[in-house]
Amino acid sequence: MNEKLQKIRQQFPILNCEVNGKPLVYLDNAATTQKPQSVIDRITRYYMQENSNVHRGLHHLSQMGTAAFEESRRAFQKFLNSELPEEVIFTKGTTESINLLAFSFGAAFIHEGDEIIISVMEHHANIVPWQQLCGRTGAVLKVVPVNDVGELEMEEYKKLLGPKVKLVSIAHVSNTLGTVNPVAEIVRLGHEAGARVHLDGAQAAAHVPVDVRALDVDFYSLSVHKMYGPMGVGILYGKADLLNAMPPWQTGGEMINKVTFEKTTFADLPYKFETGTPDVAGVLASVPALEFLQDVGWDFIAEREHALVKYATEKLAQVDGVSLVGTAKEKGGVVSFNIDGVHSADAATIFDHFGVAVRSGHHCAQPIMARYGITGTLRASFAVYNTEEEIDVLVKAIEKTVQMFG
Amino acid sequence: MTEMKSCAETEAEIEEEFSLFDEWMDKYSYIIDLSKELPPLDERYRNDQFLIKGCQSQVWLGAEYRDGRVYFQADSDAIITKGLISLLMRLLSGRTPQEIIEAQLESLKRIGIGDNLSPSRSNGFANMIKQMKMYALAFQTQEG
Repeated sequence: MNEKLQKIRQQFPILNCEVNGKPLVYLDNAATTQKPQSVIDRITRYYMQENSNVHRGLHHLSQMGTAAFEESRRAFQKFLNSELPEEVIFTKGTTESINLLAFSFGAAFIHEGDEIIISVMEHHANIVPWQQLCGRTGAVLKVVPVNDVGELEMEEYKKLLGPKVKLVSIAHVSNTLGTVNPVAEIVRLGHEAGARVHLDGAQAAAHVPVDVRALDVDFYSLSVHKMYGPMGVGILYGKADLLNAMPPWQTGGEMINKVTFEKTTFADLPYKFETGTPDVAGVLASVPALEFLQDVGWDFIAEREHALVKYATEKLAQVDGVSLVGTAKEKGGVVSFNIDGVHSADAATIFDHFGVAVRSGHHCAQPIMARYGITGTLRASFAVYNTEEEIDVLVKAIEKTVQMFG
Repeated sequence: MTEMKSCAETEAEIEEEFSLFDEWMDKYSYIIDLSKELPPLDERYRNDQFLIKGCQSQVWLGAEYRDGRVYFQADSDAIITKGLISLLMRLLSGRTPQEIIEAQLESLKRIGIGDNLSPSRSNGFANMIKQMKMYALAFQTQEG
């Protein structure tokens, strides 16, 4: 194992844990990533020395907290290369970001007969809110199909684009197939048809650099816990003119300007969309996660991810009875597969006894499973701390499973 | 009619059987064998109406009430779950509603399949035990 990789692994205390008496082989990073010591320490330090509510007080702790909170916002502004800090809204996660978007963008721009385009490979978080919006407004949901290897059918996408399409909402990277979608083209084509485009970046943000201005994307959502940061924090990026035209979603404290029983006016961006007390510890601890990514570097991340996916794909191809699901040309660090004659839940149970953590089932993406005529897959998903040796353990677990259920 | 062993006695029997296994692999091999012993499910129960909710695997459960006892039938598309179902049938099927309602099933945790019993949304097996107790309660209420 190379030195840099070893140094990275050392930053993650949980990687020393044992599961069922075996070393933890954590291959469920698409579900959530582990956290480096710097993120863990930041949370502890916050609650030990700094805890206070933000944006509300004049006392020292509150001022410090508020300043740090806004520093975090600027860190994400830089990370995404957004023009303005107020275009970065803190949410609980991608699911909340999309719910916010569906509600508020929906309220401002979607009417009966309008169309919204998603794809068949979407996570439920990028299906259900749009489905519900269409149900409420009488708008129509259109779905871009996917080919046998897991790529979006771009010709079909072009056919679906028309004057009635108001929004396109597509995953940057698929959580089940690992497919990296041609997002620059998706945005360009969407704009040419007069539509706005949202990208679900939950599976992308830890794996590829995201430049919202280069993409010219209108909205982008991500989850910090999938990029080595704490749970409970996510981002919705939106172009200022669009966010300004959108009404707030959740209401209450913090997002107001003036409240009387006759009338309430709302705060400006970003606070309009940030009601209630945020997860301040989480937001502050997101900064060391960004710093970690910066230190490791996108080149190393890409190199390792490609190496791991290539290694896993090759090794799995050598095991009789294993079939891959999702073999697009452009793939991120997700390898989904099935074992002939073995239910994915059974396999995952056996893997657990090897210390191997993968996810089994439909991965919150029932439509794509149905498209391939399967009920679920086993999914190994990689982070920058994973190794080829860990994939070897997975392969041993698979071989044992085949033997036991054969 | 021969007296059925009590639930506690059957649990003790199962625990003893499993105590023979030191290795987890042998335990699971045994569970896989048990899955083959499960009688086939009457096809009228293999539909959404009798499906127990659980993401990880599908479990179908049917129940009948005859002569003061509840008789269950079940199946799953996952083999390990099916093997555990076989144990559940042995423990709970053919018992009175009261016995089923009162069954603690601690032995299932002790034989080391506790993870399969965690009451998460995604656990068809745990939800199945819950459903079996609900059937027992419903039949008991109907009776009373």
